[in-house]
Amino acid sequence: MTLERVSKVYRGGVAGVREVSLDVADGEFVSLVGPSGCGKSTTLNLIAGLEEPTSGTLRIGGVVVNGLSPRERDVAMVFQSYALYPHLDVRRNLAFPLEVAGMPRQRIRERVEETAALLGLTELLARRPAELSGGQRQRVALGRALVRRPKAFLFDEPLSNLDVGLRAQVRGELKKLHERLGATFIYVTHDQAEAMTLSDRVVVMHAGEVQQVASPRELYLRPANTFVAGFFGAPRINLVPPEVLGLQSPGEGLEVGVRAEALTLGLGEAPPGAVRGRVYLVEPMGSEAWVTVEVDGHRLVVRAAADFGGSSGTPAWLTVDREALQWFDAATGKRV
Amino acid sequence: MRSVPTWLLTAALLTFFLGPFVWQVLTSLRPEAELTAPGLPRALTLEAYRSVLGGRPFLHVVLNSLVVATATTISCLAVGASAAFALAKLRFPGRSLLLGAALAVSMFPPIATVSPLYLALRAVGLRDTLGGLVVPYATFALPLTLWLLTSYFRQLPDELYRAARVDGCTPFQAFRRVLLPLVLPGLATTGILVFIFSWNEFLYALTFISSPGKRTIPVAISLFAGEHAEPFAEIAAASILATLPLVVLTVLFQRRIVSGLTAGAVKG
Ligand SMILES: Nc1ncnc2c1ncn2[C@@H]1O[C@H](COP(=O)(O)OP(=O)(O)O)[C@@H](O)[C@H]1O
Ligand SMILES: [Mg+2]
Repeated sequence: MTLERVSKVYRGGVAGVREVSLDVADGEFVSLVGPSGCGKSTTLNLIAGLEEPTSGTLRIGGVVVNGLSPRERDVAMVFQSYALYPHLDVRRNLAFPLEVAGMPRQRIRERVEETAALLGLTELLARRPAELSGGQRQRVALGRALVRRPKAFLFDEPLSNLDVGLRAQVRGELKKLHERLGATFIYVTHDQAEAMTLSDRVVVMHAGEVQQVASPRELYLRPANTFVAGFFGAPRINLVPPEVLGLQSPGEGLEVGVRAEALTLGLGEAPPGAVRGRVYLVEPMGSEAWVTVEVDGHRLVVRAAADFGGSSGTPAWLTVDREALQWFDAATGKRV
Repeated sequence: MRSVPTWLLTAALLTFFLGPFVWQVLTSLRPEAELTAPGLPRALTLEAYRSVLGGRPFLHVVLNSLVVATATTISCLAVGASAAFALAKLRFPGRSLLLGAALAVSMFPPIATVSPLYLALRAVGLRDTLGGLVVPYATFALPLTLWLLTSYFRQLPDELYRAARVDGCTPFQAFRRVLLPLVLPGLATTGILVFIFSWNEFLYALTFISSPGKRTIPVAISLFAGEHAEPFAEIAAASILATLPLVVLTVLFQRRIVSGLTAGAVKG
């Protein structure tokens, strides 16, 4: 699947996406991630054929699909709200795409039962969507996509309506499902952790434009700009002028990015080369604590032991692992 | 416990809405001699009903009304539902203009349209036919139908339409297989309103129909007076008979109207 400089300008001049180029290999799991309104759903809708691009070329399996209806594109989509057909029971919901395609009844029956068994929906086939829990609805939505055996699956924030415990479970199941099916998955989420854990590659979007396409590891270690750097990793990367940490800047007008794990925090006597500040905030996270330290009016988040002894106002010092620094142009935000 | 003012208000409203109807029922049941007497009737008789149903072609008139109102309702819903679907779920230029124009059409006072419509119907050979009532009725009921149904379609989540499209439906299939079944309560409500409008319409029915055999109920009842001296009881009886189908219809569809068929469409 290939997107070549695809743009979508909505009626009224709102740009949904600008010049998105993307190559997705067969069987790849690719996530689109970015804050709300950055054009993730627009991109999916363009691929599905629910929207037509204003410019650019879209290919699926080597064929240009611009102008083709969703029906002719052979992709399935799972929606955030699940979009189950409320007047049909689970069996008819699952059968729907096959019925529309005109498949013989007997084969529809077999496929539906096979899919239901795979997803543990067999007991629920006679129920209406209104009689299902959130997790069950999500499964039915997934089943309705699976039953078609399409070339590619599109997911638009499929987990965001589940509660936290269930979300982690279904996330794992999705990954296993992808391994088993070997189909192309394109997965939209605003949750960086979801994108990181699931995908082969991640597409980071911001304000309708692609910021970076890379593996999760690569994004974390070598973000293309401060937006990507700030989007991935918890706690957020610290972006400060180098002199705050007593660092020598390799160029003019640069900002340094330091991950929390590249900083060491201590109380009391400062070792040589450390910078001094005060504890601003302590957030216990269970196995560790996130400590915000104020240095020279700049706040930096540091990981500390769970039994960290300081509290707001306590004087503290920081040392920096100079191997783990990332440099950005302060004006453009680009990595240097 | 309900408070006294609530109770009083309920009583007042009930009297206001049901009072005339009760009076009508009583009038239709009074013996002829008592018609102008005050108070409750001392005896009850079905004479008026017998006279209405037996002595005149009233059943035939009811049938005319049924045909006209049903045909109007069906054509209105067929055109209105597909147009409302397009207005609510498809994107095309000028759709708000279209809804506005529909509203403007419904602003014409019917009396102003009587003579041009009469000429138009005569020109196409529909004068003095039941079809000649269905066409203008459907035209005048369409704006309301469109507005109501558009709002029903709008309430359905867009994702349902999108899901149907991705599942392989053409826009029309998505409409027929997914969205239409979900607006059935809206269709029932709207249909009843259109039916009542056509059932009660008087002006066009009086003007465009000349043969007694093609009259509809309101016209037929209004012409009772000319034929008899004081047919109050019969007029009352005929009115009751004319109202009954509407009551039955509304009660039948009431459950449909209030049922929340869309529950479970999306998260919730
Ligand atoms: N149908 C539409 N008409 C006009 N603007 C739209 C439409 N759909 C989305 N947009 C706009 O396009 C931008 C991207 O939206 P979307 O792709 O839904 O973002 P995301 O899914 O990343 O939250 C937003 O600014 C949004 O307001
Ligand atoms: Mg979205």
